[in-house]
Amino acid sequence: MSALPVWRRVRDALVLLWLVVSLTFLLVRLAPGDPATMLVPPNASAAETARLRHEFGLDAPLAVQYARWLGDVLTGNLGASFSTGEPVTRVLARAAPISLGLGAASLALTFLIGVPIGMLQAARRGRAADRALTVLTTAVFAMPSFWIALALVAAFTYGAAMVGFPAWLRLPAFGIHTPGADLHGWDELRDVAWHAILPVGILAAIGAAGLARYTRSSVADVLGQDFVRTARAKGASAGRVFGRHVLATVLPALVVLLALSLPGLVAGSVFVEAVFAWPGMGRAMLLAISARDYPVVMASALAYAAAVIAANLAADLVLPLLDPRRRGA
Amino acid sequence: MTSAPMAGRAAAPPRGRPRSRDPLTLAALALLLGMAGAVVVVPMLARENPLAIGDVLTLRYVAPLSRDAHGTFHLLGTDRFGRDLFVRMMLAGRISLAVGVVGSGAAAALGTALGAAAAWAGGAVDRILMAFTDALLAIPRLILLLVCATLWRPGLATVVVVLIATGWMSVARMTRAEVLGVRAHPYVDAARALGASGTRVLWRHAVPNALGPAIVAAALGVGNAILLESGLSFLGLGVQPPEPSWGNMIAGGREAIVTAPWVALAPGLALIVTVLACTLLGDWLRDRLAGEAAGLLGDRA
Repeated sequence: MSALPVWRRVRDALVLLWLVVSLTFLLVRLAPGDPATMLVPPNASAAETARLRHEFGLDAPLAVQYARWLGDVLTGNLGASFSTGEPVTRVLARAAPISLGLGAASLALTFLIGVPIGMLQAARRGRAADRALTVLTTAVFAMPSFWIALALVAAFTYGAAMVGFPAWLRLPAFGIHTPGADLHGWDELRDVAWHAILPVGILAAIGAAGLARYTRSSVADVLGQDFVRTARAKGASAGRVFGRHVLATVLPALVVLLALSLPGLVAGSVFVEAVFAWPGMGRAMLLAISARDYPVVMASALAYAAAVIAANLAADLVLPLLDPRRRGA
Repeated sequence: MTSAPMAGRAAAPPRGRPRSRDPLTLAALALLLGMAGAVVVVPMLARENPLAIGDVLTLRYVAPLSRDAHGTFHLLGTDRFGRDLFVRMMLAGRISLAVGVVGSGAAAALGTALGAAAAWAGGAVDRILMAFTDALLAIPRLILLLVCATLWRPGLATVVVVLIATGWMSVARMTRAEVLGVRAHPYVDAARALGASGTRVLWRHAVPNALGPAIVAAALGVGNAILLESGLSFLGLGVQPPEPSWGNMIAGGREAIVTAPWVALAPGLALIVTVLACTLLGDWLRDRLAGEAAGLLGDRA
């Protein structure tokens, strides 16, 4: 794989993207349910429904619809939402930054928390601290994000009232802005950050638990290697062994994981967005799917798939820079 | 791997006790067996029908560990329709556990079959199957699940089918790699030389030897499948009420999260304990089989 020139990998990625969106197109269009019947009032005549179907181009054969859609996408036209008439690009431009911000903040925290915990566990493997952390990380990894979200909402409403939390601990449990407040600039940012503590914290906790599980096992593998024993025998301190030798060995894998987990994290925020009422990609897509709003569904699927494939490609291209073993293979 | 004289002292890692007597794994096994037993037995012992709605106004939102107006004791309280939460939770456990086991097991079986077929057939079949696999892998599983579950009629059957349809790809990739590796072994040539047919060699020799990672993936996938089912049911796209599942019970308690938080939170505890036990057992199995099946930061609820 690694011997392939860059242009071939980019070409392969584009072919894969085309395959993904074509599959999605088929999947969405072959499903039962007609968007036109969902948009017209219940007492509308058959003629009205037919007119709407014609307007959306849904009366054409599937192959023609597919060709039209693909042509539009290639010329940069993602179409307009069936339900609101708004251009799809504007719907996505409004929703994507919210999910991306949520994802990026929690991903950064995931790595800052998860990697040290995993390394600590590997260094103390089999001892009480490792066992306790194994149970903790596996338990957090087993928690559905929406359940944690509800538990925290309960804690900051029901619990806060019962116990009497101090004012600085009364975190907002719903929404992205303080309702009714007209804030700008710095104050608005601080308000959003304040509202983001719970959602970001949940995604980061789950992500960090999973990453710690992964880091523990890969670091433990490295610790068993000969070069680590050599480093120790030479009298290298534990800090140097970990910082220089172990981290350098597991870093490439972690970078790949970082690249690969961003799209999943963005998708994973669907539930957190649902509970905290954040108007991100997850909510936009969920609404679009249930309304059979094909242009929005297809555009979000395209965005997700492009993100996954781009992340894969980036990981592939960056890996040789980090890992001398993969150079010039 | 390590040279003999130094290995005794310097190879630090095997400090832990032997894995086979791991108390954590035993505890996980006990928890899972206990949960499986409870979900079978508890609903059978219940005096009232856990789906029936009775005297809602007097019975709803009874707190855990207390008696309702009729003097009936409720271990975990009651929900918004006055139904006993514990009994419903165990009934939901039947569905959630079954969905998890069937969804993950069947996905692994499908993945094994397709992966083995691709490796064995080679050529165009292999390339088409693997392109299809990669294409499906390139959509986050959660998004794929949402699209499928919403577009088709939501319900128990849809959830299982969709879990299988979106869960087989990584197993197929692993099995393909394993079978390709196995093909190079002399015993495959030996079986061929003894006159075994191609399919016989595949199913009797190649696949059984390539099965380790698929088994690990199936075991680790049970917890993930339960989580995904609960996620879909939470969003109203999975198991439909009045049939209880842990996910739709959590969703059902959501509106009362401020006044009666136990209704939403209790079913989650059963779910977490079950998924935790499944994952610990899957980890143990992976260590035992030393496969490199890795479902690490994948999509989850």
